[in-house]
Amino acid sequence: MTVTTPRPGAGRRDRIDELAARAGQLSDGDGGESLLRSAVRRLRRNPVAILGAVIVVAFLLVALFAPLLAPRDPYAQSLLSEVRQGSIPGSRDGYLLGVDQLGRDVLSRLLYGSRQSLLIGVVSTVLGAVLGMALGILAGGLGGKVDTVVMRFVDILLSIPGLLMAISISVLLGASQLSLMIAIAVTQVPVFARLLRGSMLVQRDSDYALAARALGVRRRRIVFGHVLPNSLSPVIVQATLSLATAIIEAAALSFLGLGDPDISRPEWGAMLASAQSVLSIRPELAIYPALCIIVVALGFTLLGEALREALDPKFRR
Amino acid sequence: MTGTSGSPVLEVDDLAVQFTRRGEQPTRAVDGVSFSVAPGETIGLVGESGCGKSVTSLAIMGLLPQRGVQVTGSVRLDGTELLGAGPRTLRTLRGKDMAMVFQDPLSSLNPTVTVGTQVTEVLAEHRDMTGRAAQDEATELLDRVGIPDPRRRLGEYPHQLSGGMRQRALIAMALACSPRLLIADEPTTALDVTIQAQILELLRELVQGSGTALVMITHDLGVVAGLCDRVHVMYAGRVIETADRRPLFATPRHPYTGGLLGSVPRLDTGRGTPLTPIRGSARDTIPWSQGCAFAPRCDNAEDDCLTEVSGSTVPLEADGLRRELRCRHPLHATPAAAGAPAGATAASSAGASAGSPSTGSSSWSSSEGQQS
Repeated sequence: MTVTTPRPGAGRRDRIDELAARAGQLSDGDGGESLLRSAVRRLRRNPVAILGAVIVVAFLLVALFAPLLAPRDPYAQSLLSEVRQGSIPGSRDGYLLGVDQLGRDVLSRLLYGSRQSLLIGVVSTVLGAVLGMALGILAGGLGGKVDTVVMRFVDILLSIPGLLMAISISVLLGASQLSLMIAIAVTQVPVFARLLRGSMLVQRDSDYALAARALGVRRRRIVFGHVLPNSLSPVIVQATLSLATAIIEAAALSFLGLGDPDISRPEWGAMLASAQSVLSIRPELAIYPALCIIVVALGFTLLGEALREALDPKFRR
Repeated sequence: MTGTSGSPVLEVDDLAVQFTRRGEQPTRAVDGVSFSVAPGETIGLVGESGCGKSVTSLAIMGLLPQRGVQVTGSVRLDGTELLGAGPRTLRTLRGKDMAMVFQDPLSSLNPTVTVGTQVTEVLAEHRDMTGRAAQDEATELLDRVGIPDPRRRLGEYPHQLSGGMRQRALIAMALACSPRLLIADEPTTALDVTIQAQILELLRELVQGSGTALVMITHDLGVVAGLCDRVHVMYAGRVIETADRRPLFATPRHPYTGGLLGSVPRLDTGRGTPLTPIRGSARDTIPWSQGCAFAPRCDNAEDDCLTEVSGSTVPLEADGLRRELRCRHPLHATPAAAGAPAGATAASSAGASAGSPSTGSSSWSSSEGQQS
């Protein structure tokens, strides 16, 4: 009722008005909004998503602007002139995080190292996702015998431990940055293939796919226009999480000496490996790159988990 | 068989669908179903959940999965045999010559694609319309099914439309190519009662206007009363009673049909009057080979309803004018003259209100109201 007593009811009336306004906003906000946009809106309300996004964005900016941010040349060896037996790397005046065994600025090397991690992470994940999705579409879209053959192949890939396979492949291809990326990509392929296929199988049996068939829409159009777009959200989530795995695997392979043969190039895994020899006297040389790897991987994982929630229809509103 | 003029659009003859699963007894979901639909005619396939109505419709459309399913018999659309036709042939027929509207309008629309895209894709598939022309035609179609502001709706996603509007959009898609046959599989079940009436009215207008044959699959007798010219009542995969609408409602002959009509709540009975449900559930059946599948739930059942006593399965036999019945002990022992005015017998029958000789629309909208 619009007629209310002026004073006592005022608070409640305001509240109702506010609720009504909010309800109006909700339905308004709903108007013209795609599923993707509503997912973004939900992401922005989630603190975990924001933390993950902040870490990821900071990492991207650092990698992008490393030459501007780094105080010194990451290759310059300050100890070269005063090298003597028993010289100990560590803190030095003018170097924020000290220098390593060769007298190179640790901070600058960490900053530059982010570029390697980003490059390897993104390229190998994209490569793995594209190949995996191609297999997934083949299996999930065509079904039948194709599905069986493709999925058995994927199962074989999946049965080999990821790191072991990556090591074997990079040994096979020879140590180079490209082979490192390929090795990591191959370990991602079965994950994406299985995920997309499973998600497509569910969607293929959905009512709208049946309705589209009942209208005589051809299979190619149903697979690419209907089933695939509805199956993508787990793949997007997986891609984000895979970036974290790829960065860790890249560091692990470099640590094992299977990364870039140019060992002077700053890379977190390689930095960790070389810090091993002085671990007892200068543990911080190992801690810094390790921390970088952990934080960046955590950032992608948090973002991925938040994405999963945002894209999951069960959590909607 | 149907009295309506013109050769039938759809002829289903002895259709049987059998599901086989490894290590299990095959199940016959549909068993020897035959019916035909003439242009402009509406028939109803009525029965409880699991009686084979939907499987029948999917079999007609060729939408059953290939593996583990055996479809036998004959389905002819305008004289063309559909069973055994290649997938390509079937695909070009679907959407163009025969279309289907499903039960749940929300899940029948792709949530990630705009309504416009989904309507125009049918036009692109069967009428080679793309771009502007397709947009205009889609607007026209949505307008025809009564969606206000159709141009704006084309750019919206299914979740932004109300339930009734979604079903209208689906009907628009189904009718985009003016099909000869439209199968509606419980098109109003997921909708509000008021919307149900609107959708039914819409279907009726569209079908009557274009001469499309309509197969209405439903468990809602209100829908049947309002829309169907002829009714086939199914039980456990077989047709058990076939009749024109009015005689069926006035004098149901099969105890199952009588039970269905008796279990509909009615406004004109007093409060507290108990409803009369059919005993048991649709699972309490016996195989047709051993007798009448409805016998375990039937009040009229006697010993000879079982095969081992009578020595034969209960046949579907002619029962008066334009009626068929599969029962040894039917209700209304004197085969009610189907030709007699329905009103004469209406008072004594369970479905009296729906079968009254007043205009169809008023009687079925009242029975619509009883469904809520």
